[in-house]
Amino acid sequence: MSNKKNDLGELWEVFIQSKNGLPYKHVGSVYAHDKEFAIHNARDLYNRRNEGSSIWIVKSSQIVAVDLDTSDYIINNSDDKIYRNPTFYNIPDEIKNL
Amino acid sequence: MNKELFIFCLRLADNCLILAHRQSELCSKSPFLEEDIAQTNFGLDLLGQAEAIYNFAVEIEGNINTPDDLVYKRNERSFYNFILSEQPNTNFAFVVIRQYFMSVYLKIIYTTLSNIKDSKLSGISLKALKELDYQINHFELWIKRLGLGTKESKEKIQNAINELWIFTGELFERDNLDLNMEKNGYLLNSNLFYKKWINFINDIFNESNLNIPKDAYMVTGSKNGIHSEYMGFILTEMQFLQRTFPDAKW
Repeated sequence: MSNKKNDLGELWEVFIQSKNGLPYKHVGSVYAHDKEFAIHNARDLYNRRNEGSSIWIVKSSQIVAVDLDTSDYIINNSDDKIYRNPTFYNIPDEIKNL
Repeated sequence: MNKELFIFCLRLADNCLILAHRQSELCSKSPFLEEDIAQTNFGLDLLGQAEAIYNFAVEIEGNINTPDDLVYKRNERSFYNFILSEQPNTNFAFVVIRQYFMSVYLKIIYTTLSNIKDSKLSGISLKALKELDYQINHFELWIKRLGLGTKESKEKIQNAINELWIFTGELFERDNLDLNMEKNGYLLNSNLFYKKWINFINDIFNESNLNIPKDAYMVTGSKNGIHSEYMGFILTEMQFLQRTFPDAKW
């Protein structure tokens, strides 16, 4: 995820919601100089075939990510706490999007 | 009426076809990848509109087999696209201005056609309008940015406007056929048409600090199949395969 600025503008991350109510999913990134063109470029690259019902665009530089080397206590904080996952429940068949 | 409707459709579809061809020339040559995809996309939209209208024209004419016959077997003098549509991609500003002038023109045409009784033609128009709204929006973004950008970008976009302005007169010409189409509700009368068109141009040019050139000499001829020097080259490229290997199959 580079936030380098060049002739193509800045890098933006694109998130698409495939159906109303579902979470937005990261689909890729585009270059653009401003938010209007970022939307246009994302539309042409990632939403040509009715992939989604809504689009979010975020400047890559605005995304805060954890540092993978020093973040063990943030990412792997429940390795030894199996009871935090609801693995002992049966999920009803009707539930589709869990 | 059918004969006139046929020619009316050809004029419209020829514009879409030749604009699509100019857009297709940008494939892999746009300023950057994202814009390349956008521009090629516009070409595909326009080609789709041309195909739909040619199909409709073939149906009402009765003696022509397929749209391909219309595209590949007519000579220059039988094409009726505006001379504006065939103007080359001199630089990106020329592409933006040519496509913008024509997108607005097509939007007005299709808006009228979407309200007529013929369900096929109105269906084609409704679908095209959605595509054109996006194109118009996209080119407006560019006009604004180039007009309000650097000294060089403003110069280039104003230059493209000045150079292409003489081709816009044709958009509002009316011959007898057009007047009959007006009577039947297929076309707005020239004054109203011009007002709607110039409103778009005025708004975006004002916002972008650009000037409309003073009206002077306007180029004319396409309604009679007369074109600029560029048209022959377009057809040579487009019709090459069909002319060399008639009726070749894929």
